[in-house]
Amino acid sequence: MILTNVNTVPGKKIVEHFGIVQGSTVRAKHVGRDIMAGLKNLVGGELKGYTELLQDAREEAVQRMTEQARQLGANAVVNIRFATSSVAQGAAELFAYGTAVRVE
Amino acid sequence: MEIVTRYFDLIVFLALLTLGYTAGSFAERKHYASIVRREREQLTFQVMTAEAFFAEGRVKKAFLVSGSAVISIDYFKRMLAILRNIFGGRIKAYESLVDRARREAILRMKEQAIGNGAHMVVNLRLETSTIGNSANRKGKLGSVEVVAYGTAVALNPR
Repeated sequence: MILTNVNTVPGKKIVEHFGIVQGSTVRAKHVGRDIMAGLKNLVGGELKGYTELLQDAREEAVQRMTEQARQLGANAVVNIRFATSSVAQGAAELFAYGTAVRVE
Repeated sequence: MEIVTRYFDLIVFLALLTLGYTAGSFAERKHYASIVRREREQLTFQVMTAEAFFAEGRVKKAFLVSGSAVISIDYFKRMLAILRNIFGGRIKAYESLVDRARREAILRMKEQAIGNGAHMVVNLRLETSTIGNSANRKGKLGSVEVVAYGTAVALNPR
């Protein structure tokens, strides 16, 4: 599966369109991480736990999206966009969407 | 001893302020030094926000790369920002916060692209969001997450 966020796959030709595919996941941090982040909030700096968590979540969203694309018979997803939103307190939604295509 | 018990809240507050100020500015200086050093190392690697067009047979492979960073602000700066909210104007503390997060995210994305043998990244996009417990509470900024993503392109030798 080829993933890009440009309109085409550079070096390849799009031969078929399958429309929009999407994947999303809602994640919450566990309490331990929240407490650690709360402490880290006093001194500032990077919250590594959150960075990792969001990175994992985003990968899962992308995976769900590619799964959907594969079911449609596509071999690439172009024009991928990411979005993050905090749904409830302490939970974040990671969302990825794009256009499924077949390239040659 | 009596003074300590009477002004306990104040003492805790001042202690947190000093801790936030010293540790926070130390961490920020260190982070900026590391950002500048790594940016210099990756100076020759091209990244652009435009879509690029390549001649036929020029591209070996194209793939998605992304990098993200969650950076939080320290206690002292948060207090400064709350004061600033009363008078209005530039909040420098937050500016440096998002600046650091953005540059860090871009650096990580570049590192991933370089590590996978790419020659350039096209169509870079940046996404900023606030997360964390205090993100939604009366406009208070807890921490920001920035994700940078783009299409890495590996070229065939000419």
